[in-house]
Amino acid sequence: MEKVVEEVLNRHNNNTSILSVLKDVQEKCRYLPEEAISQVAEGLGVSINEVYEVATFYSFLSTGLLGENVIRICKSTPCFLKSCDVIVETVEKELGIGIGQTTEDNKFSLQLTNCIGACDKAPAMMINDKIYGNLTSEKVIEILKEYK
Amino acid sequence: MPEKRVVLKNCGVIDPKDIESFISNGGFAGLKKAMDMTPSEVIQEIKDSNLRGRGGAGFPTGLKWDFASKAKGDEKYVICNADEGEVGTFKDRVILEEDPFSLIEAVAIASYAIGAKEAFIYLRAEYHYLLENLQNAIDQTKDKGFLDHVNIIIYEGAGAYVCGEETALIESIEGKRGDSRPRPPFPPSEGLWGKPTIVNNVETLMNIPRIMAEGKEWFNSIGTESSKGTKVLSVSGDVNKPGVYEMVMGSSLKELVEDLAGAENVKMVQVGGASGRIVPFENIDTPLTFETVLGAGGVLVFNNTRDVIEMVKKNAEFFEEESCGKCFPCREGTKRMLEILERLTEGTASRIDLEFLEDLSETMALTSLCGLGQAAPNSVVDTMEFYREEYESRVNDKVKV
Repeated sequence: MEKVVEEVLNRHNNNTSILSVLKDVQEKCRYLPEEAISQVAEGLGVSINEVYEVATFYSFLSTGLLGENVIRICKSTPCFLKSCDVIVETVEKELGIGIGQTTEDNKFSLQLTNCIGACDKAPAMMINDKIYGNLTSEKVIEILKEYK
Repeated sequence: MPEKRVVLKNCGVIDPKDIESFISNGGFAGLKKAMDMTPSEVIQEIKDSNLRGRGGAGFPTGLKWDFASKAKGDEKYVICNADEGEVGTFKDRVILEEDPFSLIEAVAIASYAIGAKEAFIYLRAEYHYLLENLQNAIDQTKDKGFLDHVNIIIYEGAGAYVCGEETALIESIEGKRGDSRPRPPFPPSEGLWGKPTIVNNVETLMNIPRIMAEGKEWFNSIGTESSKGTKVLSVSGDVNKPGVYEMVMGSSLKELVEDLAGAENVKMVQVGGASGRIVPFENIDTPLTFETVLGAGGVLVFNNTRDVIEMVKKNAEFFEEESCGKCFPCREGTKRMLEILERLTEGTASRIDLEFLEDLSETMALTSLCGLGQAAPNSVVDTMEFYREEYESRVNDKVKV
């Protein structure tokens, strides 16, 4: 971990953007553990507070451990109108976890998200960077199989 | 008024991965024409075209450019706002997917006009899958020698609705929390790293190459007296054909949602996303212009089976989560607003809650620091006007105040 953060900091040498550094650290470590936050603070010469305020502001950054695959189901109104609650129930049942949780094998984390701009394909969700739309329970079960 | 393709001219027509296909469809004609003019002539052309910002506020684009151009300093920035986070809006996604070259051409023109040597495209994290396509378009354009005067950098967000607000977006590019800034100073005088900066929405910029190529008279011939051009609208919700439609400004909402998108038994339409206005069915003939309803062009249709209070509560949940928390009226107001709407849906709201809701809405609209808090009460205010009886019927008179 320490090495990974050091590498990221080196790559950003003259850059003082906390967000850019955190995005890269998260990409490598999958989340932002406490030690990484302190190391980033020290490396950038800012307080731990300043790093945390960025780390906890953005919904794609996480200070808690995330699974290998992050599922984000859209809950905004266009998806709500197309029964996104059924999609949430299906994923919860399939993976045996609730919203905000990670499976024991660290394979999946489940989150709800606000509008992902796929309203023409509602209900929709993202797995990592990929968008899946026009979802049904059957379709969701098939999609999850690809990641299991 | 009919559909008309100005912004979406190349969408579905060109190969978004191949610059030659863009060029053979008239690509870079606008940029070439701009480069033969002086920067101030370009700005004058955009001013005279009467183009207004498509992100929601409708500010005259040429004027914004003029301010930045006249601001002191050699270091200036152009930012393209591709942080499309407004609920029910996906037009920029379609543009980025299907015609990234026009956007790059537009950023190149804007940078030439205000004298920026560096430009940023702020891409929302949710659109990471579009990054490759966009970067490819930048690289190919650079290889053709069209970007010798400006370096275009894609900067990715990390998931925050408020970063669509220009000052919050600037904070985010600076690597900080996306807290909005008090204004003045406005970004054209002091923006990114304190330097003169213009922030333009994707759709606004898409109009630029067309205006440069076809001329201001052509652009002025489309639309209404004070709303020129077209608007790209994202239609979703209770419709048979959800999708993106480009209409001449002034077209009726009815034509869009019923005739084109195939909506039936419409109860109400929310125009402009979560921060937008509510149009009840009886006003469905409303024209789509800056003076009536428009916002960023998210059009969400609700049919007769939908519960108004439930829908407004969904909106309130959204703002409560997305408030950046910097200013008090928005941070606290969005929370209290949601609580009252929850009481209404649970049957534990007293009559005085309706008065609170009205007072709170007015306070937030008047005193919030940025557009998020100012617009958060819009759907409450509108539904309290048009569907008052639905609120009244939820009041529980047994609840003691």
